[in-house]
Amino acid sequence: MTAIFDLLFHSIRIGTALLFGTTGEIVTEKSGSLNLGVEGMMAMGAIGGYLAACATNSLFFGILGAFLSAALGGLIFAFLTVTLQANQNVVGLALTIFGVGVFQFIGTNLVAQGAFPNFNEYTYLKFMCADNGIPFLKDIPYVGRLLFSHNIFVYLGIAVAVACYIVIKKTKFGLKIRAIGENPAAADACGVNVNLYKYIFIIIGGGITGIGGLYLGVVYNGGSWGAAGDWINGMGWISVALVIFANWNTLMAVFGAFFFGMFTALQARKGNLAEAFPQVFGWLQSLPTEFYLMLPFLITALVLIMASVRSKKNAEPGSLGLNYYREER
Amino acid sequence: MKKTLAIILAAALMLFSFAACAGETTPAPTADPTTAAENTAFPADFKIAIIHIQDPATGNGYSYAHDQGLVGAMEALDIPESNIIRKLNVSDGDKAATRTAIEEAIDQGAKLVFTTSFGYMETTAEIAEEYPDVIFSHCSGYKSNETNFNNYFGRIYQARYLSGIAAGLKTTTNKIGYVAAFGDTMAETSSGINSFALGVQAVNPDAEVYVKVLGAWGDEVNETAFADALYDMDCDVIAQHCDSANPQISAQNNGIFGCGYNSDMTPQAPAAHLTAPIWNWTVYYTAAIEAAVDGKWVEFGNYYAGVKEGFVDVSPLSANCAEGTQEKIDAVKAILNEGTWDVFSGVKLSFDESGNVVKTDAALEDSKGNVIVEAGGASVEDGVITGTMNYYVKGVSEK
Repeated sequence: MTAIFDLLFHSIRIGTALLFGTTGEIVTEKSGSLNLGVEGMMAMGAIGGYLAACATNSLFFGILGAFLSAALGGLIFAFLTVTLQANQNVVGLALTIFGVGVFQFIGTNLVAQGAFPNFNEYTYLKFMCADNGIPFLKDIPYVGRLLFSHNIFVYLGIAVAVACYIVIKKTKFGLKIRAIGENPAAADACGVNVNLYKYIFIIIGGGITGIGGLYLGVVYNGGSWGAAGDWINGMGWISVALVIFANWNTLMAVFGAFFFGMFTALQARKGNLAEAFPQVFGWLQSLPTEFYLMLPFLITALVLIMASVRSKKNAEPGSLGLNYYREER
Repeated sequence: MKKTLAIILAAALMLFSFAACAGETTPAPTADPTTAAENTAFPADFKIAIIHIQDPATGNGYSYAHDQGLVGAMEALDIPESNIIRKLNVSDGDKAATRTAIEEAIDQGAKLVFTTSFGYMETTAEIAEEYPDVIFSHCSGYKSNETNFNNYFGRIYQARYLSGIAAGLKTTTNKIGYVAAFGDTMAETSSGINSFALGVQAVNPDAEVYVKVLGAWGDEVNETAFADALYDMDCDVIAQHCDSANPQISAQNNGIFGCGYNSDMTPQAPAAHLTAPIWNWTVYYTAAIEAAVDGKWVEFGNYYAGVKEGFVDVSPLSANCAEGTQEKIDAVKAILNEGTWDVFSGVKLSFDESGNVVKTDAALEDSKGNVIVEAGGASVEDGVITGTMNYYVKGVSEK
């Protein structure tokens, strides 16, 4: 049984990176803006957050730094697409390259100067990022290990997703943004300041993705600058695809992120399962490594097919990807 | 529409200027170019190019190790910085980019071109035919010609055997994890895994090696996830054959130990790291540059050296190592230096109670029980180690 609970535990753990990315992207897309630059914003958040955390020796300021750095990426996107009416797809792709470029530019230069913070020296931060869990609850057999022995980011991610759900679905503020996402001209006619709201949601959405970048940096890379200098490793792209899986609902995103996390975790843990249950899971071991590498993307493709089949019930914002230009009404 | 286009172009330009800045970052040269240039006999028109897959400025990893090797050769031979042409971040899966980088270097006057990644092999071989006056040297491949193109690599498996000794002495669960880029489908990784396992077995015959295969040289998130999964399988030492230090950091977070690769990873995981198999590229770059400058390239030929030549080694043992590790590693090193024994042979090394090396004739078997080398038999050929070793030895299993 341990092997299965380990798999689920790590599905949640790795899925949390996707959760921040997906939640942030849903918030952005609800305003009708399709920001493909999640990978780039996560990278900006990762480096900004990591440096802020080490400079202040505080996880709170680290998360704030990650939020603000990635929000800067969102601001660039908002300025280019909302104010200057540039094509959202092009700007999103450019933002990916830009964000990863900024990340590597800063990181590589700091490493070259020997100024890149060594995470091993920040014992307090390391402790804060460890899988500390919730006292008492984590001692419950199995369930405690699965649900209550995670690091602080996991719970923060779920809290952010729930908060976003409430704001978008239950408040007046959220109603306005949904209206803008569906039909900005109608919202404008009702007196909603379309551009202001778009700016706010693009920036907040970008900032949330950045926390996921910081999470990957400190938890999955231990703040160590690797030779390839890539902390995000494509997780931002999977996050974008997950938005469709989650049907633009941040509560579904929690489930979707952990579900997709399972396919990444499975790659690492197929042998653990096969060893623990040779009869049931022995076949996992006989599939080639390449199959597991392909799996998250295969599932993404399947999800896209499924999403197009159920198109009628789709919650895709009506004006997604289209710029709103008041004078063209 | 024009406005939109102008903005996109401006954004793109900004991006490329950033990319260009990042690309031009030169790795910190330790040699002072001006003083070296004044009293050197090194010919100023003999330019040397090196094609890197990454940016050595990252301070660790594969390209950094190569670049440090070249810097070492520059110091040894008094080569000024102005003689060196570096091409950074050249993708080895992109033949057009590889060709452009090499041809640019030749246009800049390169007389000797080092191409450092396996994937550059085909392109290097083609260009070597087109430019007979330029010398090409390719790392880790198997192609070469008689005149101006050789290959170079080392018996890193010997260093892995030494690191296996450190791991075998440290483990208490007798399960050792190994995060590998590829498995028994590629000789470079399988020879490393096998040699490491044989080193483990020399000091700890009961220990098993569990391999998890990434399917890529660098996949930083998974490198951590794989090491975590090995920890959950009761492994208490994590070795690796992949690019980043993440398996070592994972080991540290889980309170276990590990052996890195390519560079001493003790700074990244001070509480976990034991020792890492490392390359001393300076040995090759110095010898190759000398041969090329002196016009002795044809005699120089292909290069395949090991512990004996000082080309590969293990990094200084950290304080995490078990007592007596250094003595045992030194004893095996002494045997490798004699040149009479090698890892993949029918002679097995072990240690008696007073710590002396004992040689016993024992067949080398693969994990399925097939005999690879009869008891007492000679080592397998180099061509097997570099090209066709598609099996694991006994005691190794892929998980």
